[in-house]
Amino acid sequence: MLLQSVVAVTSDTHPLSGTIAAWIWLLPVLPLAGFVINGLLSLNSVHFGPGDPNTPDHHPHSEGAAEAPERSHREDAGAVGDDHHAVRRHRWAGVTSVVGPAVLILAFLLALGIWRAMTGVQMDAPYIQTYFSWMPVGDLHVNVAFQLDQLSMVMILVVTGVSALIHIYSVGYMQDDPGYPRYFAYLNLFVFFMLMLVLGANYPVMFVGWEGVGLCSYLLIGFWFNDKANADAGKKAFIVNRIGDFGFLVAMFMLFANIGVLDFVGINAKAVELGVGSGLVTAICLFMFLGCTGKSAQIPLYIWLPDAMAGPTPVSALIHAATMVTAGVYLIARSAALFSLSPVASLTVAVVGAVTAIFAATIGLKQWDIKKVLAYSTISQLGYMFVGVGVGAYVSGMFHLVTHSFFKALLFLGSGSVIHAMHRGYHATHSHEDAQDMRNMGGLRKYLPVTWVLMWIATLAISGIPPFAGFFSKDEILGQVFARAQGSNLAAASWLGMPGSAVLYAIYAIGLIAALMTAIYMTRMMLYTFHGPNRTGVVEAGHLGEAPWTMTAPVVVLGILTVAGGWLNLPRVITGIVPLGRAEVLDHWLEPTVGSATARLSEGAREVPASTEQLIMALAILIAVAGIAFAIVRLKSAQLVPKRDALPEEGFEKIVANKYYVDEAIDRTVVDPTYRISKSFLWRFVDAGVIDGLLVNGSAALARGFGWIGSRLQTGNVGIYAWFLVFGVVALLGAFTLR
Amino acid sequence: MLAESLALTAALFIIGVMGVLIHRNVIIIFMCVELMLTAVNLTFVAFSRQYGPAGQVFVIFVMTVSAAEAAVGLAIIIAIYRHRQTVNLKDINLLRG
Repeated sequence: MLLQSVVAVTSDTHPLSGTIAAWIWLLPVLPLAGFVINGLLSLNSVHFGPGDPNTPDHHPHSEGAAEAPERSHREDAGAVGDDHHAVRRHRWAGVTSVVGPAVLILAFLLALGIWRAMTGVQMDAPYIQTYFSWMPVGDLHVNVAFQLDQLSMVMILVVTGVSALIHIYSVGYMQDDPGYPRYFAYLNLFVFFMLMLVLGANYPVMFVGWEGVGLCSYLLIGFWFNDKANADAGKKAFIVNRIGDFGFLVAMFMLFANIGVLDFVGINAKAVELGVGSGLVTAICLFMFLGCTGKSAQIPLYIWLPDAMAGPTPVSALIHAATMVTAGVYLIARSAALFSLSPVASLTVAVVGAVTAIFAATIGLKQWDIKKVLAYSTISQLGYMFVGVGVGAYVSGMFHLVTHSFFKALLFLGSGSVIHAMHRGYHATHSHEDAQDMRNMGGLRKYLPVTWVLMWIATLAISGIPPFAGFFSKDEILGQVFARAQGSNLAAASWLGMPGSAVLYAIYAIGLIAALMTAIYMTRMMLYTFHGPNRTGVVEAGHLGEAPWTMTAPVVVLGILTVAGGWLNLPRVITGIVPLGRAEVLDHWLEPTVGSATARLSEGAREVPASTEQLIMALAILIAVAGIAFAIVRLKSAQLVPKRDALPEEGFEKIVANKYYVDEAIDRTVVDPTYRISKSFLWRFVDAGVIDGLLVNGSAALARGFGWIGSRLQTGNVGIYAWFLVFGVVALLGAFTLR
Repeated sequence: MLAESLALTAALFIIGVMGVLIHRNVIIIFMCVELMLTAVNLTFVAFSRQYGPAGQVFVIFVMTVSAAEAAVGLAIIIAIYRHRQTVNLKDINLLRG
């Protein structure tokens, strides 16, 4: 308690002060401690456990040198050599297995305690803990402070809860990797930064977390950096995110320049000074949204996320599905006071979200890599979230964020179990087939029954089949779009010359079509992976099997959450018919944080009659069922051939399978010109010519020139020096006399 | 009386300066430097008639120093001559930049 009084300078009048909520500073400190411990252990990675015949006794103390030959490429079967057999368990793997997940479990328990404390008090203002003054420069006063309110609480629970599960899963998945402590160090560090992002009471603190999660994402995508493709994927993610971060920074600068505050409480109070619907607030919001498109993989900056699947599968589940990529949605919900002032910016967010949702869904239809399907599905679902927060239904967006983190983490972890099993099969026969390609799978239902059931639950959830979580959240977003299209501040605004209501109806239609595609591609994935004949090969099939309990248990928990997640925010229409429980819990919970912003955008909205709502809901279910049925009827898993025998796609299918050649187009239009300009202009002309030639060597030449002139005076002839002397004396005397 | 003496010393001094500037032979230049010192000494004496004996004290002082300077200067000239077989300034330009 002594530490408590030293660390926190808090407003004592807040109802939460004095409760367990005073310990929020411990939330990020726990994973940070895990990072330090695991990081230190990972420095000692050259020693392997006893019993290993190849244990080097004395090895240079350098991680890279020691790990390089033994690293196992579990993800990328195309690049594996004999290192399949090199199971090099790290010397400290046992310690890491305890420390890594334990700090997260503790953090989750603490988060639960804080949540209990919050439900017990009437809380109108956020609870803010200020630790120290960070940037007191002129008019800029930025404190390192954490803010606890209903919105950050939702994120804290999701982040710590899903992280804890995925950390436990990672124990099973990564245990035999030589870089095991390093992996957990990065993962702990990621959670630390994610909690900084979520808890920050102002944009700069949030930005530290925002950059930090980007760094950890980069480190974990390139975790198996010996393979150049993985390292390149990490770099791509980092560079693409920099473009978005530039937008976030500019938005911060504009905010400070115009209203002089950067903390959320101050902005909520002063945002109206920017002017409702003014160009300024629209510009701020659009720059901020640029940051979101980077972090949350929306058009045009989504291209890094599919490549990010190069990282270990639990990383894809945690960072690239459940938590980090949703930071953009959280940012917009957090900045609801700003976005609600600008219907144009809000509509832009919704349109980009809708276009991304359908665009990524079409690509997902033709992917063969099981993780790529899920990656495009993530992009598509993030698009839904942006539609939600874009139309001012901030609660719906957050709701979908929460449920998506459950079912998508489940899907990724399930695919991890599948890949794990496939690897064991190929390991047994020394085969170098692609363990992630669905054409090589098939019929896994028999070997992975638990994973099969759980992944079907998640598939039904993401497709929008009641009563699973995804149905409620996706339906709520579409329902909100429809309700606002009928007449609201958004519908009254004009977007690029189009009436807002037409735009909203279009978004609704796109959302429905994307939902149909979601159902199709998810069912396709399930059919090709788990149903039909087995295509792994007879010997391999004998080695397929369920993963250890550390991996299945978290997936089971996520499965329960996927089933129950919808109860967070049941629509009134349903509770009116079937008494399932309290309706609109999340709506009520988030009301103090985003309520006024929601009201500002939906002002003038007509109450949608219950019959219409039921119709919308029925339509959504119908579309989901149609999608699943279409996939089951049309896709013949039996006709699939393994990847090595497969014919390349043709026509439009080829275009989709190649992701519309977006990467190629960006290479052609952005990367290559940048490279060429850098090489010819920036390097040869600016750097070598101007900087090195003109400025550096030029100034040297100038000095030498003057020196040469001076040296001509040094004739070495004393007579001439005497002449100079005399002239100097005469001149001085003359000057003094004449003065 | 003072004015005439000062005119004389000034003339002597300028003759010395011009000698230093124009001549090439180090020995002659050296003699011209001595001439300049003598001119200064004369000035001191001329002023001492008016302002008391302090100027004459300075003359003794200057003569002492110039004697030492003559010794050192001649030694340098001899050293240069031994080294380069010349006392012509035109040929002594080791310090040219």
